[in-house]
Parts: sequence; C-alpha cells; structure tokens
Amino acid sequence: MKYVTAFRDPALARTLAAGIALDVRPDRVYRLMEFCGGHTHALARHGVLDLLPDVVRMIHGPGCPVCVLPMGRIAQAIALAKHHDVILATYGDTMRVPTIDGESLLSARAAGADVRMVYSVDDALALARASQNRQVVFLAIGFETTTPPTAVAVKRARDEGLTNFSILCNHVLTPAAMHAILDQPEPVALDGLVGPAHVSTIIGTRPYEVFAERYRLPVVIAGFEPLDLLQAIWMLVRQVNDGRAVVENQFTRAVTADGNPRARAITDEVFERRDSFGWRGLGQIPHSALRLTPAFADFDAERRFSLDDPDVKDHPACRCGPILRGHETPQQCKLFGTACTPDRPLGACMVSTEGACAAAWLHRPRGRGLPVVPGTAA
Amino acid sequence: MSVRRRPLPIATGRVELAHGAGGLATWQLVDEVFAPAFAPTWAHWSSQGFTTATLDDGVVLPAGLVPPGHRLVQSTDVHVVSPLFFPGGDLGVLGVHGTVNDLAMMGATPLTLTVGFILEEGLPLLDVQRLARSVGEAACAAGVAIVAGDTKVVERGKGDGCFLAVSGLGHVAPTVQLSARRARPGDVVIVSGTIGDHGVAILACREGLRFETPTVSDTACLVSLVAPLWDLGDDVRVLRDPTRGGVGTTLNEIAAASSVGMVLREDAIPIAPAVQAACELLGLEPLSLANEGKVVVICAPAVATTVLACLRSHPLGRDAAVVGEVVDDATCTVALRTPLGGMRVLDWLMGDPLPRIC
Repeated sequence: MKYVTAFRDPALARTLAAGIALDVRPDRVYRLMEFCGGHTHALARHGVLDLLPDVVRMIHGPGCPVCVLPMGRIAQAIALAKHHDVILATYGDTMRVPTIDGESLLSARAAGADVRMVYSVDDALALARASQNRQVVFLAIGFETTTPPTAVAVKRARDEGLTNFSILCNHVLTPAAMHAILDQPEPVALDGLVGPAHVSTIIGTRPYEVFAERYRLPVVIAGFEPLDLLQAIWMLVRQVNDGRAVVENQFTRAVTADGNPRARAITDEVFERRDSFGWRGLGQIPHSALRLTPAFADFDAERRFSLDDPDVKDHPACRCGPILRGHETPQQCKLFGTACTPDRPLGACMVSTEGACAAAWLHRPRGRGLPVVPGTAA
Repeated sequence: MSVRRRPLPIATGRVELAHGAGGLATWQLVDEVFAPAFAPTWAHWSSQGFTTATLDDGVVLPAGLVPPGHRLVQSTDVHVVSPLFFPGGDLGVLGVHGTVNDLAMMGATPLTLTVGFILEEGLPLLDVQRLARSVGEAACAAGVAIVAGDTKVVERGKGDGCFLAVSGLGHVAPTVQLSARRARPGDVVIVSGTIGDHGVAILACREGLRFETPTVSDTACLVSLVAPLWDLGDDVRVLRDPTRGGVGTTLNEIAAASSVGMVLREDAIPIAPAVQAACELLGLEPLSLANEGKVVVICAPAVATTVLACLRSHPLGRDAAVVGEVVDDATCTVALRTPLGGMRVLDWLMGDPLPRIC
C-alpha cells in the first residue's frame, strides 16, 4: 500500500462525502471541532472543506502547539538566546512566531543570537555533545506526541553526564485544553469533536471518555489523511443523528484504547504536571502543562538560567484568543489578510501552517477581493 | 610570464588572504587553477582568431558577434549554496546553469559569461579547483565562453566557503517576445518535469538534517530544451525557470505581472515519490521548493500540444505536463484544485520553507 496516496483516493473521498451529504439533516447544523492543528491543516491543504455540506461546520480547535504558546514564552526563549550566550535549538515553525514587540527567533538570529533549527530533540542533543564549551537549550514544545522524545533526550543527557544541555519546557496536555474549551464561562456550542491523531497514539482513546460522558459530546479519533477526516466526520454525523455520545476510533491503524504505555511511562518518569500554565488565548489552565521532576531539575533551563515567569499577554488587536477558543472565525479578525498574513504574521494562528488563520488563508475563496501579496513585477 | 615560482600546493593547500590581494599569489591562482579550467571554453573563439586570455582590465568582444537584427540580452545571478558540493552538482555547475538558463528564459542564445569567485580563507585549494573545473565544464557543455573573471578572498568566518557571481550575455531574435507580463486568460500552464528535486536534495544533505533520500539535484542547462519553443512565435508567452521560491512563487510572480489568476490541478503536477515523501515527512510544500533544471511555460492553447511534444522529446522534458490554466482574476490568485475536488490557494513562499513540528 502507498500511504501517501491510499488515504487520499478521490473516488473514495467522493463516496464518503456523498454518505455525509445523505445522512445530514438539512434542518440542523453540525458544529464539529477538530482539536488538532494537523487536522486543521489537512482540511485546508486537501480541500476537504469544499466536499462538506453547508450544514457541517468545522470549528478549528487549539491543538496547534506553536499557536497556543504565549508570546511571552517566545520572548523568554529569545532573551535566553540573546543574553545568556546559549545555542537555542528549536523546531522550524517556532522560528517565525512574533513577540508583542515584533521580534522573533529568526530576527534574533539575524541580530546575532545563536538560534539553530533542528528536526528533532536528538539533533539538539547531538549539538550539545559537539559543543561542550557552550550551553545548548532545546525549546521543547508540543503536545503528548513530542513529549516522550524530549523525555528520552533528557534521560540520555543525564546518563551521559552532559552538563551543557537543558530544555525550556513548554510541553502541554491535550485533555486539559479540551476541558478548558468545554468549561469556558461562555462555552462554544459544539456537536462533536474530532479527536487528535498522533496524540492519541500515545494517550490512547480512554482519556476522551470523560468528554462523551460528562459533556454528552460525540468524539471520533481520526487520522490526518483526507479519507480519515471524511470518515470521522461521517461517524460524528451519525452519532449526532442517533443521539449517541461515545468515543469512537476511526484511526484504528495507529491508535489503541491504551495508546503507548512505554512512552507514557518515560514521560511520567521525567516530567510532572505544573500547577498551572498560561496558554495563548485560553489563559491559565490548571495542571495543563509539564515541567521536569526534581530528579531531572538540573536540565531545566528556567532553573539553570534563573528565568522569570514569562508575561503571557496577547497582542491587543489580535483575535487569536477567541479563535483558539472556537468563538470566532479567522475571517472575523480585523487583522486577517490585512495587517496579519503568513508573510507578516501578527498572531501565532497565522504563523504555523497548522494554525486556524493560516489554514483559512490557504482556503480563502479565489477572487473575492482578499488582498494579493504584493510582489515584484517581473 | 616568466616568474620563477613553486607550483601551488593544490592537493594540500588552502585559500589564504594573499590569494585575493591582487599580487603574485592571485596571479598564480588564476594561472594554475582558473585559466586551465576555463581555457576549453575559449576553443571556439580561438578558432576564429580571437584571444580572450589576457590580463587586461576587460574583454573586447568582436564586432559581428550577434546575427543581424538580433538584440543583446544581459543577465546576472549570484549563487550561494551550502554545502558547496551536493548530490547532482555543485556551486560551480549551479552558477553557470543559473545564468545560462535565465538567458534562455528570455529566448536568448547564451554567448559569454563572466564569473566572480568570492573565496573564504581556509577553503581547500582542491575545492577551488573542483569548482573552477565545474564552471568550465558546464560552460563548455552550454556552448558559452568565459571571457572575464575576478577573485576576492574574505577572512575565515566571513563567507560560506565560496560565493559565485555569474553574468551572461546572449542574443535574441527580433521575433521573440517572451515576458512574464504576457500571460492571458485561457493560456495553458506547463511544467517540464518533476518539481522540488533540488530543494529536497539540498535539504537532505544540509548539516543537522540527517535525512537520507536518493534525491539528486536537477541542476541542468535548459538551452537545448527551450530553444525549439523560441521559434513558436507569439503563442509562447512566458518561459521561467522556477528556482528559489519554487513553481508556486514563479506562478504568483507571473500572475501578478500579467494581472491574471491561475488554476492548477494538483494531481497533474509531476513530483518524484522521494520528494513527495520527504515533503510529507517534513511538512513542506513541494511547490515552494527550488528547482534548477525545470521550466514553466505559459502558452496559448493552440500550441500547447506542440510545446508539450517539444519538451517531451528532450531528455530533460520527459515528464512535462499541462498542470493548469490562466484565468481572469483581478486578485491575481493562483489556486490549486486538489485531487479531492476542493480548492486551495497556492501562495508566494513566505520566508524560508520551515518544517512543521509534527
């Protein structure tokens, strides 16, 4: 089987879309939130939204690790790179996220800070081994998927006696964010939840049961390919129609009820929950993020460099908050497509291709007057 | 010149600041490394009794260089690439192809090149020789003479091994009218082969990636591929080589210059499986990745079949395909119809292509 094409088969997609169209009731709306930024990107990238009936509304959730990182945490990383003479290793898509002052890791690098793009935490560890006279800090971000590799790297660093490696830990937890979305003072009206793909390979399907039970919300875990998404949406439509609210698993080729216990064990060994963590758009959420346990505290960059708690305020005009909470669409933001474009993003939702605004920009209707990015006429 | 000297220690030596100081060391580098590498490109000129190998401040080109009625086209390109040597090519080859291809996209037959090497102190002389030979061989293959050059050396740490500036002169027939401003609604968009090969080849061998893929750069001289298209007249509107920024950015440039939109069919765009796999894994858009041996053709539907046949009959154009059409659109949007039948916008490349986290 060719995985790149097998789950993108146009004929099967049309069949699934026809099934959805046949099953939806025209007299009601299906408000479905895809939690995960990977799904948001796939919906726009493959044009899946165009195959859905009007009554199915996809609401983009907060599951883009770059988008939920408060500007202050980027500022903290920039300050670390600029003022502590460290090598700051980071994933590519965090490099363009602007702070409230318009600075980014890319602009800090241009100004002389030593910021290196890495493809995995392993590369950051290799940098530390190769640069024994420099401190190497890995900007650790991401949900449950990227946390176990960070845990493995920290353990390796300890076992190898590496004293020049540490992490700036911003790992966050999916179920906590879901609770925050559903428990907001003005809850967003939702009829179903498309559950994360890769996160669920680690945490399994059980952590979502509470959402089906307590909030009477249908949940379907879906893979990242267009056929996965269409099938999951169809499964959600059917649950809504039947008045059911259970956790179903569309992504059975990768996700089990128990997930990956080994990955969770190593995560639990290295990390513990923070009492509270400030999310972009969602504010402070109790027990929603991780920090290193006391046994590994030596590898905590916040401790090693005595960093202050970052300021987590947003850009005043930016609507990333309400968009991440599902209250507003990107198009409702005054900055969308004018002051804020993928070329010059103000809000994080426009920076990462997984962000709701970047996806909406990619999927903007042709010829409807959105501004053209000015280019050099040849 | 009868200066007594020891030969350059090419096998073991490194570039020193003296090699760029303009004195004897500079002269020796030119004499022992650059001149022998470029001499074969003068063969055709020498047979016409014309000498280029002088140490004058410039070169006087012979009168009658250009056929009557033809116009001159001048182009220049500056090349930086890390690493200097990569699967499928090196900086030298890339520099020659870049400028020669720019001339070819204007409909011009390339005649002469000038090359400027900015070398970093410490670069092995063997690497300089390899690059110079690559420049010479690529120029020979493209049928152009290297008629002037210059070398400077920057201190260690102030250059990325070697930077290469290549200017080129060519001539174009009076009938050829190629320009990015000439696309019009109804025109057909054609690409000459698989896209993103160069971008992925460079990404794959760049330090820190450790991503193994059999992809090699597509760097190639496109003159013989596109020359037959110059004769097809007014109906061939635009030729562009989609280098930095990829096919996506090139098409956006053309759309903006011509005040038109475009609609592409994603499943018609040729992509090598290894490139697609790398892009899936890294979260990159293949349409934003650089190509160094591909051409985008915009032409009237009347000649689309001829253009396609011309391209496909050449080894570099075997995978040529019609990928979309030009449409009327005041917002100059380039849109992509996905295999599923949905639409998305294909934007300019924003910043550097950055991989996604997961």
